[in-house]
Amino acid sequence: MHTPARTEPPAPRGPAAGRRGSGRARRRENLPGYLFLGPWLLGLMAITAIPMLLSLYLSFTDYDVLTPLSEARWVGWDNYERMFTADPSYWHAVRVTVTFALVAVPLKLAAALGVALLLNRAFRGVGLFRGLFYLPSLLGGSVALAIVWVSMFNRDGAFNSLLALFGVQGAPWVNDPTWALETLMLLAIWQFGAPMVIFLAGLKQVPAELYEAAAVDGAGTWRQFAHITLPMLSPVIFFNLVLETIHGFQGFTSAFVLSNGTGGPVDSTLMYTLNLYINGFVRLEMGYASAMAWVFLLAIGLITAVLFRTGRFWVHYSDSEGQ
Amino acid sequence: MRRPLRYAALILIVAVVLYPLVWMVGTSFKSPEEIVNNIGLVPQHVTPGNFAEGWHKFDVGFGRFFLNSAMVSLLTVAGNVMSCLLAAYALGRLRFRLRGMWFAVMIGTLLLPGHVLIIPQYILFRNLGWVGGDWPYLPLLVPHFLATEAFFVFLMVQFMRGIPRELDEAAIIDGASPYRVFRHVILPLSRPALVTTAIFSFIWTWNDFFRQLVYLSDLKDYTVPVALTLFIDSTSESAVGPMFAMSLLSLVPVFLFFVAFQRLLVEGINTSGLKG
Repeated sequence: MHTPARTEPPAPRGPAAGRRGSGRARRRENLPGYLFLGPWLLGLMAITAIPMLLSLYLSFTDYDVLTPLSEARWVGWDNYERMFTADPSYWHAVRVTVTFALVAVPLKLAAALGVALLLNRAFRGVGLFRGLFYLPSLLGGSVALAIVWVSMFNRDGAFNSLLALFGVQGAPWVNDPTWALETLMLLAIWQFGAPMVIFLAGLKQVPAELYEAAAVDGAGTWRQFAHITLPMLSPVIFFNLVLETIHGFQGFTSAFVLSNGTGGPVDSTLMYTLNLYINGFVRLEMGYASAMAWVFLLAIGLITAVLFRTGRFWVHYSDSEGQ
Repeated sequence: MRRPLRYAALILIVAVVLYPLVWMVGTSFKSPEEIVNNIGLVPQHVTPGNFAEGWHKFDVGFGRFFLNSAMVSLLTVAGNVMSCLLAAYALGRLRFRLRGMWFAVMIGTLLLPGHVLIIPQYILFRNLGWVGGDWPYLPLLVPHFLATEAFFVFLMVQFMRGIPRELDEAAIIDGASPYRVFRHVILPLSRPALVTTAIFSFIWTWNDFFRQLVYLSDLKDYTVPVALTLFIDSTSESAVGPMFAMSLLSLVPVFLFFVAFQRLLVEGINTSGLKG
């Protein structure tokens, strides 16, 4: 595939210059194209594609990583069967993860949209507010933030001290199996700044004439929100929803910090990726963990596909309609 | 909503959002007794003791962990900026056989969760002798020199598509090769995209935990996030102050980046949907 490029000199007297004008769109740059693409291609093969295939193969083996690869023992569908039928902690982790995503993602998006609506007006200090709300997202999945959060929701942490001021007796949140996951959800919701900034950008695109026309027709704030803001914002809502859902399913750091890598108390924070980590890197069952990774990949793909499917019914793209 | 009401709502939300961060700052300056007894945000006696204690808490000291983190983050930035720029120029500006297909593959890798790749990559790097080898950072760094962070490639492709075609066409008519066009037209004009990539690359790597946890096993090689988890093991009450002090310090570089580039960051997020 490099030969044609070599016969086509990039010099001004070459065929490219001769075809300037209508023919220039057909000019080929195969050699430079592949030279510039080289590092990426190498990465794609060595860091992504080959490891993926290796992982697929390993998911059908019993492999402990300590022995050479050639000693991986073929076990067929055993890993998958064990996952689905014989490992209760697997399904438990799936439930924890799905619960986490189902609760935290909508609440986070609602918070992001609510605050974005408050900020969607020019007033003094709007930039400062935006920056402050974005700060927790920026510090993001850092260990430091998770440590602070967990300490705050300890038995004698700041949150319970705050409740005590109102005479409320708090729970030992992070050490209580019924509340530990909720504490992590709250941490995720608290980081609503990133989707908020995207919502703000979307709100700026809504034409002001629409609101003026609606106001003339006597529509109140709520009707304007339901019939103008929400439909006009639906592509941005969709974008945030997909991003945050995928992000939510991958929650790891805060669950790791809260439970010191165990998924406790009583497996209440055993997120899927944490379970995968424990199986692969603590128990050294790399074959089993590979199978878990492949199911995770397929599940994420499936969820994304379903979101895109349902999106067709409620996402409104103004430029593709009536024109 | 009326203006005073809007301000009141915003100030209330700011108070809730900032509370944990302010609490962290306050606690890290409190003495061990005050951490237990004073639940207020502001310490009665500001003491730097937690910082001194935390800094020397683990045998090699946090200075070493910060240096390790800084090195990993800066080299990752260099790798990402260079390799993603090359790939983006090819995919965004050059015409070559199968470009459409490679572009689709790049978008596909964008959707691949990192947690799925970690196991086979670990096995690969282990077999290469890189895990726990002479220089344990190779598994963390090499992928970034091979443009595997598809998000940055995508970001730069989108940016480059916005550069007027006439510029490189004029240069080509004047006899410039694609290499010269890259060097003298695209590279200088891509600075905003490069800066955005550099900033986010730094912040993400500095905050990253999963990969550093997996690949670094020797205490002296630990980066700051991995070192911070050492505090969780030692759960004694007296370690809370030092733990907070070191957590606070670990956020300082990210915070400084945030203050310095706030405007640019928000623009970058607006145009690309990047996350923090």
